[in-house]
Amino acid sequence: MRIKITGGDIVNPAGDAKGRLDILIEDGVIIGTGTGLGGADVVIDASGKKVFPGFIDLHCHLRDPGQEYKEDIISGAKAAAKGGFSAVCCMPNTSPVIDNAAVLSYVQKKAELADVKVYPVGAATKGLMGKELTEMGEMAALGCVAFSDDGRPIENGAMMKTAMLYAATYGRFIMSHAECPDLKAGGVMNEGYHSTVLGLPGISRTAEEAMIARDVLLAREYGLRVHIQHVSTKGGVEIIRNAKAQGVRVTCESAPHYFSGDDSMCLGYDARAKVYPPLRTKEDAEAVKEGLLDGTIDAIATDHAPHHRDEKEIEFMLAAFGISGFETAFSLAVTNLTRDCDALARLLSLNPAKIIGKPGGVIKPGVPADITVADMDKEYVLKEEDMVSKGKNSPFIGQKLKGVVTHTITDGKIVYGGE
Amino acid sequence: MLLKSKDVLGLYDMPAQDINLILESAATMKQLLLQNAKKMPHLQGKSIVSLFYENSTRTRLSFELAAKYLGGTFSNLGVSSSSVNKGETLLDTGRTIEAMGADIVVIRHQLSGAPKFLAERVSAGVINAGDGTHEHPTQALLDIFTMKERFGGLAGLKVTIIGDISHSRVARSNLWGLSKLGAEVTLCGMETMMPPAIEKSGARVTHDPEEALKGADVVMALRIQKERLEGGLLPSAREYHNFFGINENALMKCKKGVLIMHPGPVNRGVELSSAVVDSKSSVINEQVTNGVAVRMALLYLLTRRKSNEN
Repeated sequence: MRIKITGGDIVNPAGDAKGRLDILIEDGVIIGTGTGLGGADVVIDASGKKVFPGFIDLHCHLRDPGQEYKEDIISGAKAAAKGGFSAVCCMPNTSPVIDNAAVLSYVQKKAELADVKVYPVGAATKGLMGKELTEMGEMAALGCVAFSDDGRPIENGAMMKTAMLYAATYGRFIMSHAECPDLKAGGVMNEGYHSTVLGLPGISRTAEEAMIARDVLLAREYGLRVHIQHVSTKGGVEIIRNAKAQGVRVTCESAPHYFSGDDSMCLGYDARAKVYPPLRTKEDAEAVKEGLLDGTIDAIATDHAPHHRDEKEIEFMLAAFGISGFETAFSLAVTNLTRDCDALARLLSLNPAKIIGKPGGVIKPGVPADITVADMDKEYVLKEEDMVSKGKNSPFIGQKLKGVVTHTITDGKIVYGGE
Repeated sequence: MLLKSKDVLGLYDMPAQDINLILESAATMKQLLLQNAKKMPHLQGKSIVSLFYENSTRTRLSFELAAKYLGGTFSNLGVSSSSVNKGETLLDTGRTIEAMGADIVVIRHQLSGAPKFLAERVSAGVINAGDGTHEHPTQALLDIFTMKERFGGLAGLKVTIIGDISHSRVARSNLWGLSKLGAEVTLCGMETMMPPAIEKSGARVTHDPEEALKGADVVMALRIQKERLEGGLLPSAREYHNFFGINENALMKCKKGVLIMHPGPVNRGVELSSAVVDSKSSVINEQVTNGVAVRMALLYLLTRRKSNEN
């Protein structure tokens, strides 16, 4: 089957085809870009829209196996497709944990039926307990793109060092959930005046920054790669900026909520704004934006963390941490970060592809046809009933957002839009 | 005059006008109490249910007597803190109480924000009888009432709150309420007991008790909870008393006519020495009486508001 995308503006920072050109897709692969490409079975009219290389999410929770009441691989992939993602990296904190080939195979098997490509991230330690290494070699051979104990840090420094070294053996790296548990100490939101007013235990910036510093120093000393997840503080951005200037092999991501919101969203005990790391201050949000725009932060990752209504419709202290993020990532980036399409393409597609070493991030003949078409100017008010993820837990519900994904194509299949 | 909100959740969000309305009504209630009129009709036909997820005998009794003196029906639903983590959710409990016809739910909860959570989901009026480290509005209202009664007004009144500010809902509610009414609040305690960024509230913050006590019209000592000692924020009760406890010497350095207040129960010899507790400056028992008057006023005002709606 041939699909032609016509009339749109191609955004392609790493490719030659740019601007008002058509794209021709056949059998899942881009076979041509330009004009006068001939006929097709399906034509997508992208007039007035931007055509991006398909977005790749470095960080999401599909909750499958074990917590399918929150999300499953199929429903999560649908939500991802709606958000413009043609591929997502799912974290291993499922139940059971993705810490062995059997669970990994289950995820991969189910993902064959999903609308988007699913790149599993395996657990770095068995059961995410931080004690024993997993069989990373086997999991890497089967397709794990990286390893992480996400949801918790690898608290023990020696264990982290071992995991980084071991992952490197198989050409992989650790994605680090940087958090010092002793400093987090039961905190449920950012530590500051708002936590004081609400009488809620706060989480200091140091809880995050101290661990980022440790991981960066390990990467520096041993010349290893490390990827810092969900950077939320000004200090965290600064540590990574300095490390990069020294040539340390560190990459990192931040999530849309860290540049679109701040801890005042917790006022009134709105548990939808409860997330880890916590929403910080406006100053931190500005620093995250700056980091994303100057290249310190490599990628926008959603940290899509769907939860059931009952887990959020509860006292703030008891509510689950997390924000449902697939469907709003692009809009939040356009609304709150930048309208520079090249920058968006780098942050949402090109850099994530490079980090996990997978195809993507570029539009050119011969590569898998992963494409995201978006209307940069369309505005809408985010409504709970419009969300397709099982998790409707977004603090941005009710906000007016700009920028809408209209089509997502994964391996030449239109997985969102076009009806 | 009616209260703005169907609930009393905290003083941070309560307009000064409402605080004044409550204080005025409490003065009337106190008159009635002093006349020994303890069976009045204000709450006749009204049902008040208390839901205490945290142990408290004084506050609950104070609410119970307030309700009964005004002729209301008062019932207590026995809940233990363990029921938070198993079985029925607060939401379901609240809705059940409402379905049984409660007009007012008085809730104490160890989790900050629990009363607000409930209030947003039931039509009954909700009174926060203390939630976590958030607020204890009825305590602050009785404290403020006590100060107003003694000094006539609150504008320019110098109030020092001394102790574990960080974990104190009493301190927070007093700070918000007193600031709105024009009092000057000083917070004093060791740095481990100061909440983050508290200076943004406009309060004066000091670690020096002498400076904090100097010129104060009111000195409010907060209860030191045992778990703070165990949690390591404080090396010992002895060290606390040596630096931040108020004994006769400290009292002598205070302004003449200073009021010594405490939300109770006092750890004698820790926050206050026994001599200070029993001194003429201490209004701790007066606070307890005023607590009943203030709670009578609140129950009356909230049920009146509710009747008005219907």
